[in-house]
Parts: sequence; C-alpha cells; structure tokens
Amino acid sequence: MTKPAKAKAVPPAAEAEDTDGKSIFGFWVYLMTDCVLFASLFATYAVLHNNTFGGPSGSQLFSLPFVLTETLILLTSSFTCGLGVLSAYNGQKNKVVAWFSVTFLLGASFLAMELTEFSHLVHDGNSWTRSGFLSAFFTLVGTHGLHITIGLLWMAVLMLQVLRKGLGRATVKRLTLFSLFWHFLDLIWIFIFTIVYLLGALKI
Amino acid sequence: MSQSKPLIVSHHQAGRPTLKAYVSGYVSSIVLTLAAYLLVAHHLLSRQTAIAAVVGLALTQFLAQLLFFLHLGTEAKPRWKLMVFLFMVMIVFILVFGSLWIMSNLNYRMTPQQVNTYMRNQDGL
Repeated sequence: MTKPAKAKAVPPAAEAEDTDGKSIFGFWVYLMTDCVLFASLFATYAVLHNNTFGGPSGSQLFSLPFVLTETLILLTSSFTCGLGVLSAYNGQKNKVVAWFSVTFLLGASFLAMELTEFSHLVHDGNSWTRSGFLSAFFTLVGTHGLHITIGLLWMAVLMLQVLRKGLGRATVKRLTLFSLFWHFLDLIWIFIFTIVYLLGALKI
Repeated sequence: MSQSKPLIVSHHQAGRPTLKAYVSGYVSSIVLTLAAYLLVAHHLLSRQTAIAAVVGLALTQFLAQLLFFLHLGTEAKPRWKLMVFLFMVMIVFILVFGSLWIMSNLNYRMTPQQVNTYMRNQDGL
C-alpha cells in the first residue's frame, strides 16, 4: 500500500473478474478458430456446388419459405438468449430460466426442421452419396447442426446449474460464454442462408 | 462471495450488453433477412444485381450481429478480441478465395479439350 500509485491495491473481486475476462477472451479465440473450420467447409461447398453429377441442384431441392422460417427461428433464439444474459446480469433467476427455456425450445425446433429437411433429401435419394454438391452441402449444414446440438446440451446443463446453484459469478460467466457461442452459430447461419440457399436459388 | 446481486462489474461494464443493443440487433437482422429473402423469392432484381445485393445484405447483417450480439468493438483497450477477429478474417479470406482461385485455375487448365490438344502436341497421340 505504501508503494507508488502505479501498484494499485487489487481487491479480490477485481482479480476474479480479471480471470473471467481471460476466459471470455479464450472462448472468443476458440470461436474465431471455429470460424476457420466453417470457412474451409464453405470453401469446399463453393468449389463443389456445381458438381451435381447429373443429380439435382440446389435450386431444385431447397424450399425457400421453409429455410426462411428456420432462419427466423434461429435469429429469435439468438435474441432471447441475449435477453437471458441480461436478466442474469440483473440477478433475476426466474427470468433467466424463462428466457433460456424459450431459447432452448426455439433451438430445438430449428434442429428439428433441419433434420426434417435432411430426412426428406435422403428419402428422395438425394443423400450425401449422390453428388459432390450434396456431400459438401451435408457436411457444411450438418456441422452447423452438430454445433446446435452441442449448444442445446450445454444450455440444458446450464439451466440445471442455474436452478440448483442460483446465479453465482461462475454461473453467470458460463451463461455469458454460452451466449457468445449461440450468437456465433446464428452468425454462421447468415452465411449458410445466403450462400447455400439464396445464392443456390439464384443458380449462381 | 455470498452476495447475490452484483456480478460482472467495474471495468467490464464497458463491454456489458444492453437491452437496446439486443433489440437493435434483432430488428436490423430481421429486416435484412427479409429483404434478402424477398429479393430472391420475388425476383425483384436482375440476377447479377440480386447476387451482389444478397451478399451485401449478408455482410451488413454479419456486422450488425457482431456489434449488437457479440459486442465486438465495446471492449476496452487493448482490443485483443478485435485483433483476433481481424486475423480470423484474413485467414478466412485466404482460405476461401485461395481455394476458389486454385480450383478454377485447375479446372481451366484441365478441361478435356486442352488435355487432348496437349497430348496430341506433346506426345503425337
């Protein structure tokens, strides 16, 4: 304490907060590397999207209104997730549980719609073995769906934690990390929606 | 520790999300998504213009969500998040455009017609 002004006294709360800041940054770095993973799948899709091997192309397979519904559902879930985090910062436990339940339901419906689309494609003989285009399509969209699945599991675990332990510092930090993950998945979906579905419909 | 109210506080306050940010992000994303969808579904523009417009709308929505949902740009200096983000953008750019460039070049050079001509010239086939 007698040292010059530069060496400020660090209260324990600030120290813990600094660690939280570091884990948020670390998670951010993970998200950015995940972007690189998706970029490689997008690049693969861009290279292969015309290699239909005599099979159907994107504009023949995809239903735009269906995909728009999926997009709006995921977007809304991203928004409600943000509202959940805001309630967590304000210490409103019931609101956190409510908003995250809504987010979970929206995420689950998104995943259900995606699986419906996949099963229709496979049922009509347009599975990933049909052409290079479909292999790339299933890999790209499937990887996103896998992330959503993991996100749903993570969300379920977090909700249990909130219910059992309340909103401690660690739980709020986890909710923050989760919200970053969920918003990130919505970010990736913008590009899937645009590149795969909209540009596919324009027969680029 | 036993306090229940104050959680993430003080200097992280700078990067703390607000209701206003989430609402702005949500509304702008919906508008941009619907605009892109209507453009394509109702053939409002010529094909080339539509492609450019749709890509532009996607990039705008990307930026909007980065700002409003992922709170990029609200952190205090030094802006490490922003730097990692920009590095990611560079890698993604190289990866995507590099792949497209290489593959289209390969495609161009390896068309059967040219392969035939090459073989005829080189090997007298």
